[in-house]
Amino acid sequence: MKVEARILLSLGSFFGLMAALYWFWGHENAGGVMIFAAMLLCFVPGSYYYWWSRRMRARPEDDPNATQAQGAGVVGAFPGTSIWPFTLGMGAFFVVLALVFGIWFLVPGLGLVAWALFGGTAEGRRGGTR
Amino acid sequence: MTDVLDPPVTSEPRDHAHEEHHGPTGILKWITTTDHKVIGLSYTVTAVIMMVIGGAFAEIIRAQLASPNNTLVSLAQYNELFTMHGSVMIYLFAGPFAFGALANIIVPIQIGAPDMAFPRLNALSYWLYLTGSITMLSGFFVAGGAANFGWVAYAPLSNSINTPGAGADLWIGGLLLTGFSAIFTGVNLCATIFYLRAPGMTMFRMPIFTWNMLVTAILILLAFPVLTAGLIMLYCDRHFGTHIFSVQGGGVPVLWQHIFWFWGHPEVYILALPFFGIITEIIPVFSRKPVFGYKGMVFATMTIGALSLGVWAHHMFTTGVVLLPFFSLMSFLIAVPTGIKMFNWIGTMWRGEIWFSTAMLMAIGFLFTFLVGGITGIYLASPPLDFFTHDTYFVVAHFHSIVMALVLGAMGGLYYWGPKITGYLLNETIGKVQFWFLFIGIQVFTLPDYLLGLRGMPRRVGVYPLHPSWQSLNQLSTVGAIMIGISTIAFMVNIVYSWKKYPAGDNPWDGHTLEWFTTSPPPHHNFYRLPQIRSERPTWDYNHPGHTAAEHGHHPSNDEEVPVA
Repeated sequence: MKVEARILLSLGSFFGLMAALYWFWGHENAGGVMIFAAMLLCFVPGSYYYWWSRRMRARPEDDPNATQAQGAGVVGAFPGTSIWPFTLGMGAFFVVLALVFGIWFLVPGLGLVAWALFGGTAEGRRGGTR
Repeated sequence: MTDVLDPPVTSEPRDHAHEEHHGPTGILKWITTTDHKVIGLSYTVTAVIMMVIGGAFAEIIRAQLASPNNTLVSLAQYNELFTMHGSVMIYLFAGPFAFGALANIIVPIQIGAPDMAFPRLNALSYWLYLTGSITMLSGFFVAGGAANFGWVAYAPLSNSINTPGAGADLWIGGLLLTGFSAIFTGVNLCATIFYLRAPGMTMFRMPIFTWNMLVTAILILLAFPVLTAGLIMLYCDRHFGTHIFSVQGGGVPVLWQHIFWFWGHPEVYILALPFFGIITEIIPVFSRKPVFGYKGMVFATMTIGALSLGVWAHHMFTTGVVLLPFFSLMSFLIAVPTGIKMFNWIGTMWRGEIWFSTAMLMAIGFLFTFLVGGITGIYLASPPLDFFTHDTYFVVAHFHSIVMALVLGAMGGLYYWGPKITGYLLNETIGKVQFWFLFIGIQVFTLPDYLLGLRGMPRRVGVYPLHPSWQSLNQLSTVGAIMIGISTIAFMVNIVYSWKKYPAGDNPWDGHTLEWFTTSPPPHHNFYRLPQIRSERPTWDYNHPGHTAAEHGHHPSNDEEVPVA
């Protein structure tokens, strides 16, 4: 966890320096704001990882001498198949078509999105299908 | 029922729940799958189709330019063609092929993970990419035709007065969908690499390809939301009467350029870094050596990623409103880490036992072509030279050297990892024919364009006046484009010819990284067992037990016994 934190924090620090340099030298708002936002986007997860890395034991993947047996246990729940990403994708497709061809496309679009959100959530609560 | 995974173990293959995976088959399998390998294969096929479509546009463009005052296509059609050629190649081929296709399949296997961290989000990414591609290309079938404002959609050319019609809106909509697809893939890759590595796979033992994909994923997360926000602003300007990018209402047209290139330059590295990663996998394997300067490679990748956020306005030097010294300095600095990489690639081959397979030839072709494009990029980072060459064919030639190098890398990746993905090798002879057509074609296509640019031929023109030197250089460039087209046909022929003909086995190249430890194609959830991971090339260590895992930076001298593969 420490390495992950360091990567994000050092990227964020670099963007912070660059934002300050650009802000005071360039006098251009859009770019300054965007680099500053990039710094925040690195600092938020980076500081979270750093906070955790000081409060947890090294994971097996952080231990250079770990054996495969140390990874024993449940890795996670991985749904085998699911129709809901397809449904959600088609819903998003129709929503975008509504931007171009007419507002009525929102009816199937938002309908599919809502159906997929309910269906996907329910599937997640059941633990997915194999 | 939840598919709960047992962790992989080093013991012999045992009766394992993964083998009993019975899902739907046929088209229902394609639609409902959440397996990263199947999704990655869908991405691969779709992206290669997009490459063929974008390549067909390119051939028409080059045919039009083969003679002065040509009338093969109308000027309006020409505008659509070069816009959609750039859009298809950048948005729908190069990026999705890198982080959707190869990274999706290879990264989880390289770090010993059973799947991507969020399999259903991964499937959603593919559907957004496919529908986004259909949306963008359907512009050709609406009144007024497809988008025709260039792949950069500069304001005010892209507003509703200068570019009316549904084609432009379909372009915006398609980009919104593919943009979200990229963001979701970025989230997925970061989470997978941070949380699903196998025991012993520390960050500094990850294969360089995985490192490059991590930096790419971080760049996607930093850059793509900016583009999405910009596209929504552009849509509002076109339809809701806002004046964000129009002078009449107090807006700032050059703001679009800032937003677009703040995404657009990191995008260049989002495209390039994965292909750097691919050849960093190929070169050590086919040189029979560990990668030279592992930590230097990682450092260089992160430095390129960090600097890439500070160079966007080198595309805007001629606007006259950007801080030239800042952007010039940052752009020059990128040459340093890129040079480190070039040095390390050559250092990896140095005194290696080089095997000139098709994949290795593609990687070496990449080095040469990328070097040409990279060095002309350094010229363009200098404002006085950029003022002179901006919007000429010199720029076209520069970035085509870069992106054609990426095509070489992509083909290298397909020849290298194709056997792992499908279980079958491609024919090496046809592969070499393909390589030589592609490699020579690229040089014949791009090198005349540099001269054309220096002789003043502007970009994005469908006709040019009778001008002896322009004409002969354009014709030479068209010959190169035709050779590239032939190489693509050779690739298709190779797929058909080699179809299920040459079984690959698990490890046809004596590979270094974990993907070569599992079967070809890998089983559901990737591994029956895993080796102990004690270096950045665990499979090689496992297959060569007499060899002790070398520490970083240790390379056998001439006196030491070098284990031969």
